[in-house]
This record gives sequence, structure tokens and C-alpha cells, in this order.
Amino acid sequence: MSIKSRRVLPGFGLALGYTLVYLSLLILLPLGGLILKAAELSFAQILDIALGERALAAFRVTFVSSLLAAGINAVFGLVVAWILVRYTFPGKRLVDALVDLPFALPTAVAGITLATLYAGNGWLGRYLEPLGFKIAYTPAGIVVALTFITLPFVVRTLQPVIEDIETEVEEAAASLGASRGQTFVRIIFPALFPALLTGFALAFARALGEFGSVIFIAGNLPLVSEIVPLLIISKLEQYDVLGATALAVVMLAISFLLLLAINLLQWWTANRHHNAEPLEAAAGRVSGNER
Amino acid sequence: MKSTRATQEPAWVRIVLLTVGLGFLFFFLGLPLVAVFVEALAQGWGLYAAALREPETLSAIWLTVLIALIVLPFNVAFGVAAAWAIAKFEFRGKSLLITLIDLPFAVSPVVAGLVFILLFGAQGAFGPWLSAHEIKIIFAVPGMILATLFITFPFIARELIPLMQAQGKDEEEAAVSLGASGWQMFWRVTLPNIKWGLLYGVILANARAMGEFGAVSVVSGHIRGETNTLPLHVEILYNEYNAVGAFAAASVLALLALVTLVAKTIVEWRMKKETDMLNAVLAPEKT
Repeated sequence: MSIKSRRVLPGFGLALGYTLVYLSLLILLPLGGLILKAAELSFAQILDIALGERALAAFRVTFVSSLLAAGINAVFGLVVAWILVRYTFPGKRLVDALVDLPFALPTAVAGITLATLYAGNGWLGRYLEPLGFKIAYTPAGIVVALTFITLPFVVRTLQPVIEDIETEVEEAAASLGASRGQTFVRIIFPALFPALLTGFALAFARALGEFGSVIFIAGNLPLVSEIVPLLIISKLEQYDVLGATALAVVMLAISFLLLLAINLLQWWTANRHHNAEPLEAAAGRVSGNER
Repeated sequence: MKSTRATQEPAWVRIVLLTVGLGFLFFFLGLPLVAVFVEALAQGWGLYAAALREPETLSAIWLTVLIALIVLPFNVAFGVAAAWAIAKFEFRGKSLLITLIDLPFAVSPVVAGLVFILLFGAQGAFGPWLSAHEIKIIFAVPGMILATLFITFPFIARELIPLMQAQGKDEEEAAVSLGASGWQMFWRVTLPNIKWGLLYGVILANARAMGEFGAVSVVSGHIRGETNTLPLHVEILYNEYNAVGAFAAASVLALLALVTLVAKTIVEWRMKKETDMLNAVLAPEKT
């Protein structure tokens, strides 16, 4: 069957050939160049650069703030996805459309706006700083920026899955005497968990590499509030190309691992929801996928 | 009515969840969006308009548009070709190819800029050859185009692949067996079928292309009036403590983001309508 249809439709060679050439020239060749450049260093030298005092601190700041931002979004994203699917309230469609704002708003705009809001004289900073919460120009500012940037991931991953939950299962649980809380913990949450984890991982992966929004609000103090992408740039500006390359290769390796983990998670999620209609599944993916 | 109540939370839980969810969105989305425009207009409309008419701001807007206009056709051609091969044919290594297409999403923008410096920079692999022929890529517009191409590479293909997979290949096969040439089939059958999905991908890719900061920043060299896109110009003005200028430029980008959201919502609505219609047509055949 597949052999026959391969003959019927034209353009396979042209389309695949163009795809492979374009992919190789634009993506694989540059990334390969990075790895070749890094190969000028030994493995021990790369580790030495990545584990230097300043780099190690930058990795710690980047990882901890990305984890916190993804965690905040996992909690609040679950609530937001739930109310957007299950509840009705005025302006719901507007709110739903607004969730994608962080994907549409350039990161530099987000950066200067959040820095202005949370600065000592800003709309939020003027109330938070007297209470002892200094956000702008501290590591907490990094978490705020990353939370904004990665906000849509958990919501958009969860929405189609919540829509797919059959209310009959919930009714059955209720009619068997389960309280609403028990139904949530035993029935709903386990069904949502793979998607929640996927959304968390997508948010985390995006947060790790984020640069534009963070640099305006972070204060960028070495050892305290300097993220890895910024350290790569400052090495580059000091003509330490090998140092920048070493850090970039470590980041790239982490990205690869996360991409692999996310693919496995999505495969897990898809396997749990294979009963969905193909068209509906496609529509769901279309409305939630600018990862 | 009673059966729905069994699958609803108690009223107080609903109120708490609505307050928490909407409060979160208000502080993290609503307030920043409003703040951009309030800060831009803080000194009145006159200064706002003057800030936008600065020659350097105008040239930044122009370069931003120019880069998007060059980048988008390349990614449209790639997206359609990749989706055609992946959705309509079976071949080995397909899932590897899909993963590779996703790769730029996982790469930090700063790393995306760095890879082009390593290739085309002064000390890069092709650096000596380029400088011998007086071709400038890094710290010039070609490098910024390459970095933007890299960053926006997956957007259109990602939208088209699931869409074309869901549509199957019956219609194209019918067209070809009725004697249509390959291009006739593409223009008359395939393109009308995928137009909304394609537009959706273009909208997303355009927003990213015009708003990209990290990757473009690394390769631009920040030469005013020459290699400054609007997001980079926002940074320069902000660092000069020119708040009105920075937020005026930022407000243009925020408007672009709002237009993007509106266009995206309209296209989503159109796609859902077509999907529903298709389901309604297919449903009787299935039973």
C-alpha cells in the first residue's frame, strides 16, 4: 500500500531533498561547527571551564530559577487550565487568548516592563519592597521574568487533556461515593499528570536558555544573579571564544537531553490518549503548540 | 442537572480557583501589558510621537520588517516541503527528522547566535575567506538574517505536519489520478487545504522573527542605524535611561504582539470551523 501511494503522489524526492539540504545548511552545519570548535578542548578542559567558580554559580542560578519558574507555572498553570476548560466567566475567551501573550511579546519588552514594575518605585515594587521583598535586580527578578516567559506552556499542554477527560468517569466516581476531592486526587490528577510533567519540562527547557527578558531585571551580578547565556556573551565580548564555546556545548548537551525527555513524555501522554479522534487530536495540537 | 453537580467542585472551591487563576494572570500578564503603554505615554502623546519619529527608531523598525520579509518566504518553502515529505510519505528516519526540525526550539538563542560567529566571525571557520573577499556576515545584516532563520526554523513545519497528516492523501491522489500535474495538484488541492494552518505558522514565525532578541543581539554588533532591530533599539534606549523612548519603541512591539494574538485567534476559529465541518461530513460515513 505504502509503495503504491509513494508512486501515486509526486514530489517526494524534491520535498525531502530540499528539507534535508536546508536543515543541514542552516541547523546541522552550524551546530556541528560548535561541536568541532569545542573538540579543540579536551573533555577535562571543558569540565574545568564549566565548573569554574563563576560558571558554576551561573549554572546554579540558571537551574534553580528555571526550576522555580516552571514549578510556579505547574501549580498556577493547572488552576488556569482548569478554570478555562471547566468554568464559565465573563471575558473567558479574551483571557484564553491572552495566555499566549508571552509567546507573542518580544522578550526585551517583557524584560524592561517587568523591571519597571518591580523596581523600588514601580507599581508593584513600591508595595513589595517595604515588606522586605526586593524583586528587581535580585535572583528573585530572574524567577519573575522566567515565570512570565514560560507561562503558556503548562496551560496549553493541559487544556486539551482536560477537555478529553470523560465526565462519565467522574460521575461514576461520585456515584460510588467519592468526594470531589477524592475524585480529583484519584481520577483527575493521575490522568493529567503526564501532560503536567510535559508542560513543566517544556517550560523548564525554555527557561534555561532565556536571555532577553532576564538581563533587564536580574542585576547581572557575577556569582549572584548572572545566568549562563549572559556569561557566554561576556566571554565572547572578552574574545574568550573557547570559553564561550565550552559553556555553549554544555548548554547544548543539556538541551538535547531535555528534548529527548520531552519526546518520551509526549509519547507517554499520546499513548494515554490514543482514543481521541485524529482530527480532534490535530486541532488540539494546533491550538496549543508554539513550543 | 444533578449529574453535572456530581462532577463540579463546591461553590467555595470554584471561587477560590477562579480568584487564584485570574489573579495570577492579572499580575503576570495583564499588568505588564498595561504598563508598557502607560510608561510609553507617561510624558504625553507629543513626546511619544516624537520618540517614534526619531530617525534611529524608524530605521530600526525598517530593519525589523526587512529581516522578517526575507526570513518568512524561506521558512514557508521549507515548512511546506518538510510537511509534504513527512505527512504524505513513509520513509526511514522520519521520527529522527521530526526531532531534528524541533531542535532550534531547544537551543538557547544565545547559542544560536554563537554558532554563526564560530562559522563566519573573524576567527571563525570561514572568517579568513570572507574577509579576503570583503564579505561581512557577522556584525552585519546577513548574520542577523541567518540567526533569525535558525530561531524561526521549526514554526511553520510544526503547524503543517500534524495538519497534513490528519488530512491524509486521498484528495491529492484523486487529483493526480484524474490527470492533474504535480503543481496543479499543489495549487488547486493542497494549498487551499492547508492555507489556514500555513497562515497560522506564518503569524507565529513572524512574531518571533520581529521580536527575537538574544540570537540577533549576539551577531548584530549593535551599530546604530545599521544593525539595530527594534528589540535591540529598546535595549539601547533603556540603558540610556530614556524611558519614554524605550517604552515608545516597546509599545510598537506590544501592539504587534496584540495584532498577532488577534490574528491567531481568528485563524484558530476558522480552522476549528473547518475541522467541525469536515467531522460533520465524515461522521455518517463512519457508522
